[in-house]
Amino acid sequence: MVVSQWSCSESAPLSFPTRITQGFDRALRSTRTVIERSEALKVPSNQENVTEKFAVSAKNIYKVFGRRPNEAVERLQHGASRDEITELGTAAVIDASFDVLPGEIFVVMGLSGSGKSTLIRMLNGLWDTTSGTVTVGGDLITGISAPKLRDVRRRRISMVFQHFALFPHRSVLENAAYALEVQGIAREERLARAQKTIDLVGLKGWGHKMPSELSGGMQQRVGLARALTADTDVLLMDEAFSALDPLIRREMQEQLLELQTELGKTIIFITHDLNEAMFLGDRIAVMRDGRIVQIGTPEDILTDPANDYVAQFVQDVDRSRVLTAASVMEPVRATVFASGGPRAALKVMRDLQTSTAFVISRDRTLQGVVRDADVMKLVRKGVTDMTTILSDEYNAVDENTYLSELFVPSVESPLPLAVIDERGRLKGVVPRVTLLAALGNVTTDTGELQVMEPPLTVSTDVITDALDASDTSSDAKEDAR
Amino acid sequence: MNDFLRIPLGQWVENGIDFITDTFGFVFDFIKLIISSVADGMNFVFTSPPFWIMLIIFAVLAFVARGWLFSLGTTLGFLLILSLDQWENAMDTMALVLVAAAIAVFISVPLGILAAKYRTVSTIVKPVLDFLQTMPAFVYLIPALILFRIGDVPGIVATVLFALAPGVRLTELGIRGVDSEVVEAGQAFGSSPGRILRQIQLPLALPSIMAGINQVIMLSLSMVVIASMVGAGGLGQPVIQSLSRADVALGFEAGLSVVILAIFLDRLTASFGSGKGYFRFIIESFNVRGRRAESAAVDAAANSDAATTEPAELTPPVR
Ligand SMILES: Nc1ncnc2c1ncn2[C@@H]1O[C@H](COP(=O)(O)OP(=O)(O)OP(=O)(O)O)[C@@H](O)[C@H]1O
Ligand SMILES: [Mg+2]
Repeated sequence: MVVSQWSCSESAPLSFPTRITQGFDRALRSTRTVIERSEALKVPSNQENVTEKFAVSAKNIYKVFGRRPNEAVERLQHGASRDEITELGTAAVIDASFDVLPGEIFVVMGLSGSGKSTLIRMLNGLWDTTSGTVTVGGDLITGISAPKLRDVRRRRISMVFQHFALFPHRSVLENAAYALEVQGIAREERLARAQKTIDLVGLKGWGHKMPSELSGGMQQRVGLARALTADTDVLLMDEAFSALDPLIRREMQEQLLELQTELGKTIIFITHDLNEAMFLGDRIAVMRDGRIVQIGTPEDILTDPANDYVAQFVQDVDRSRVLTAASVMEPVRATVFASGGPRAALKVMRDLQTSTAFVISRDRTLQGVVRDADVMKLVRKGVTDMTTILSDEYNAVDENTYLSELFVPSVESPLPLAVIDERGRLKGVVPRVTLLAALGNVTTDTGELQVMEPPLTVSTDVITDALDASDTSSDAKEDAR
Repeated sequence: MNDFLRIPLGQWVENGIDFITDTFGFVFDFIKLIISSVADGMNFVFTSPPFWIMLIIFAVLAFVARGWLFSLGTTLGFLLILSLDQWENAMDTMALVLVAAAIAVFISVPLGILAAKYRTVSTIVKPVLDFLQTMPAFVYLIPALILFRIGDVPGIVATVLFALAPGVRLTELGIRGVDSEVVEAGQAFGSSPGRILRQIQLPLALPSIMAGINQVIMLSLSMVVIASMVGAGGLGQPVIQSLSRADVALGFEAGLSVVILAIFLDRLTASFGSGKGYFRFIIESFNVRGRRAESAAVDAAANSDAATTEPAELTPPVR
């Protein structure tokens, strides 16, 4: 297994290549998730099988704190609201159901007091559900005996805490080795294995220090190392980065993604920070007053909020870091086939009243752009090959690029940005107006797009004349033969 | 004054005690046998060696706990006790205090752990402790005297009852005060409650528990002096003598000896809890050395296939 090292200096600015590859990594991840998701959905609707497919699955779980929790749940199930049952207890989680796929980062997001911590603590049985069931990797963990529950926690599910919750009286290495100690693994082996995860999270050489000698960011890496050493498939993270300052937080987020790509863990991540949720989540569950109000991909949540609450919630999100070129691009209008020759190209440009057109090959690979004046010259000369006039005065971006990275290329190029996939095929364009509209969450009307393409530099009549002339000349050639 | 309603509560308690002595006398005789043999053993340990051996032991303990200044003070203090001719009494008191405090700790720490763990235990124990703590100290002597008759044993029993409270309170407080997220971390990795108690709760509550033990010892000392009223030996004897004879000179000398013992015991036990002095240093350096060797071994194991091994870090960690 090739495992990359995390950088140890946490204040170092993010390296440029990391940012560039980020979009791609994420694209890979989401592709994989999509495949797995569709596989999961292919499973016949046999209840047993379905839950085995999921890493974690919660079915109608409730948690009520108070004197008469069961009665409260019954009332809630019959449609009572949270406020109506306050005399019976506090309903922290109400009727939550979701399934988390293996290898997915599932983010639970909501305001303070919405029940996120309560929810995550029911997933590893730290707290009992008042009603409903939770399965982890196909094993039911609700209503089982304490020793069995401990066994599930050792083998299947580990946790990273908001305030790190390190053992202050143990060295970093001993902290990281804790899970193995509990599993009864011999001292030598567990320390050697802990050393590996310590290295993995970028703390090489810090193993013999005490937690209090480390900065917050480093302490949380120890927390992460401790959870990773357990080598469970599922990782629960309760606001794991909330106590860190923004720069280190960003770095930790990126490293978490990197690590997840390497190790393929299933991660359930709690946060109240929308940007963090959007950045990390393959899917996001939005919670409000104990209920899950929407589950969807970051883009779903952003572009199609289930209700006003979610809409308001996502209002402040930095859309440019969530939406990708592919999610905002418009269909390309002016495309010409390289093999079609200048005459066909000029016709298209005249019909669309545009001075430039993207040239693509038969498999839609983008070759370049051509300008009307150049094309007309070729037509007049009777040349049939356009390669000589292909210009590269356009900017193309990968379809998974975030909008935040589109501004510079968009400003630099007079033409709309070409959006291409990883094989270089033209998928669409992002005109500047579209980019701005996407950021402001305004829908653009594709019918008005003409105004955004540079108009013809040569008048329509001249073009028509040229086309006619070349028409007759080619006729003449044919006659001569 | 008030002949309208006089509840004979005292009478009832007395009857109860009488009943207990009549019926369970053998139980108390048994307890008395155990406690008195332990106390005699301890007394032998303190009083049989010549004074200078004990003096050296105290001075070394003081040095280990807090350094040379405390060691010097201890030496001077005990020399003063010697020159006041209270050495024998002081050693008797020391032995009684240690026995009583040890019993009190053995009862109060587990009780504190139970109280921290179970709400019901806590709610039952709390008022009992309040009762024990606010009852005038002399009152314990009466039933103790009846149950165990005169001597060291009723003194020790009364002392244990009197000194119990802070041990229980501070243990409970210390364990409850351990960050709940840290305890949850233990649970989340599948630890059993016993392991969590041993490896997380007790070590982290240790400063608080040690403060409790310190308080137990101090209360024991003050009570052991009072317990001389029922025949317990030690510095309490001259104090009570001087009281009955209005002997200011003797009273002052004996009292001063008690104060010196108190200061010595307090500073000594406090340093174990707060981690001051060489005691802590010795343990720490031992641990760190062990840990460093260990991590070096781990590094070596991890890098065994690589050509170079990490150079071991030589500078001690800053604390
Ligand atoms: N042990 C408890 N006893 C009683 N009520 C509780 C308990 N724990 C949580 N609650 C209540 O449950 C609700 C949800 O709390 P929870 O801690 O799950 O929220 P959260 O979404 O994690 O909030 P935060 O972002 O502040 O951590 C709150 O109203 C809280 O008061
Ligand atoms: Mg929380």
